[in-house]
Amino acid sequence: MSLNDKDAPVLKSKINKTELKRQSILLIIAGLYVIYGIVFYYLPLLGWIMAFEDFNLRDGVIHSPKVGLRWFKFLFADGTFPRVIRNTLAMGAINLVATTVTAIGFAILLSEVKNIYGKKLVQTISYLPHFLSWIVVTSIVRDAFGTNGIINEVLVNLHIIDQPISYFMHTQYFWPIVAISNVWKETGWNAIIYLATITAIDPSLYEAAAMDGAGRWQKIKHITLPGIRSTIIILLILNIGNVINAGFEVQYLLGRGVLQPVSQTIDIYVLNYGMKNFSLGTAAGIFKTFVSMFLIFLFNFIAKKTGEERLF
Amino acid sequence: MLEKVRNKLSHNKMNGWDWAFVICNTIFMILFCVVTLYPVLNTLAYSLSDGRDAILMGIHLVPRVWSVDAYKQVFKIAGMPRGAYITVMRTIIGSTLALAANALLAFIISRKKFLFRSGLSLFWVITMYASGGLIPGLILMTKLHLTGTFWVYIIPGLVSAFNILVLRTYMDSLPDSYEESAQLDGAGYMTIFLRIISPLCKPVYATVFLFVAVGHWNSWFDAMIYNRMNIKYTTLQYELQKLLNSVMQQTGSADSAGKTGTKSPVTPITVRSAATIATMLPIICLYPFLQRYFVTGLTIGGVKE
Repeated sequence: MSLNDKDAPVLKSKINKTELKRQSILLIIAGLYVIYGIVFYYLPLLGWIMAFEDFNLRDGVIHSPKVGLRWFKFLFADGTFPRVIRNTLAMGAINLVATTVTAIGFAILLSEVKNIYGKKLVQTISYLPHFLSWIVVTSIVRDAFGTNGIINEVLVNLHIIDQPISYFMHTQYFWPIVAISNVWKETGWNAIIYLATITAIDPSLYEAAAMDGAGRWQKIKHITLPGIRSTIIILLILNIGNVINAGFEVQYLLGRGVLQPVSQTIDIYVLNYGMKNFSLGTAAGIFKTFVSMFLIFLFNFIAKKTGEERLF
Repeated sequence: MLEKVRNKLSHNKMNGWDWAFVICNTIFMILFCVVTLYPVLNTLAYSLSDGRDAILMGIHLVPRVWSVDAYKQVFKIAGMPRGAYITVMRTIIGSTLALAANALLAFIISRKKFLFRSGLSLFWVITMYASGGLIPGLILMTKLHLTGTFWVYIIPGLVSAFNILVLRTYMDSLPDSYEESAQLDGAGYMTIFLRIISPLCKPVYATVFLFVAVGHWNSWFDAMIYNRMNIKYTTLQYELQKLLNSVMQQTGSADSAGKTGTKSPVTPITVRSAATIATMLPIICLYPFLQRYFVTGLTIGGVKE
């Protein structure tokens, strides 16, 4: 899984002068890539200095006056930033759980469809929303949940609610709406990998289970789910770092006005305040990177302790 | 013949519960498709409706009064055709360059004899997890004079660790014998890359091209951050967002919407729907034919060790 596989056969002994000469072109190109990487990925890390100074454009990144931890203290001086962290983590976790569960459920149900053309058609349709931009998806969601939208229409006609609800006027609906948007957009796409794993499970296992009189549910529980278990865990670990990154587009596009207290995430905070105060924005950005690193290591640690597959 | 059918039936042994499951599952799949397609078809219906009629709402899948005026209106909004041009250019140029850059780097990292193989890998793995963040990135772009240019869309995201991972996994799975025999014939590394490895990698190249292209087509945030001041280079999705925002403000006061709506055959709601459909149309028409590429790409890039 990782790019850096230590198990790859080490063939250093084979590298002689002729090979080195042959490799010279690769070494030059690799050098160019390293320069590119340093400029675009490593140099911005140097910008972290800004979080510890009172940055101004005249003095620049290196020479602006140093203020120590002032901006970090400022972040936690009032309730705004802690609430922003809460929003980010809560929506990230809800989205991760919701999209994972629906993708697995959809993949299992779709794998039970025996009609090959029907299966293909459903799958093709299921990918569609993944290819739409969040601009388009949030516009669709805003229509669907609007007072005249289809959601209200269906609920009123089914007599579940008496009056149409203005979902975007009440804070308690926002997190579920964000989760539903994510589920609508990504279920089919996320199911691809689970479906591929289910297809790769040895069919003789199912035949043997059928011989022993196992029903459909028992086969799913004892063969399919254990079969995709390692995939689920690897993907969870991979996505856990994104819990904190994913909180931008939907929230930014849907969560205006009265929804601010529940919709504002770290990225939106950085955008709103950081563009005016670069030092504060950088401090919030650093905080975000550390939380995401912490989450990755934590989950990797838990996976290791419970004897599951892990990333590193 | 009958015997065969009977054999097949008894072999399948469908009991009552199985039938119930199959029926429920079929209903679920149909519902799933309806939920997925309805919002898109609904937007399509509004976009093809006459504006005066659409303001009464309640259109579902078929317009009551047909009209293509909203589409004509969308193409008259200055930002839309220009944004479309920029987006097409960045999708083509950006995806081609990104594919070339990632493929060459993946090739280098997947050469088993390469001197700094693991060092170079680690260098790029780190970039996956540590990033400077929005503000240092913005300052860097300003310092490099990339803000306010077209190239700010192309250069910063050119190399990405995830795409290298996908490409490298595929290249690692190719037999070494191809390279060895080419080497015996005196081929250098660049010849091996261009003549031997790249032709074999066509499927995974298509996958990566597709991933990058979808990202370019749908991006708007970089346009907002880096090119807000320079409308010459804003993208289609950014222009769509601007349009949706201005329409929202207009419809915000229902009064004014009603007044302008009754006079003209196009109303904010139809223009908005037409713009939305216009931006998604190219990608919706293309993706069903590219399915096998992203399915293979996700599978090799994902979990298969």
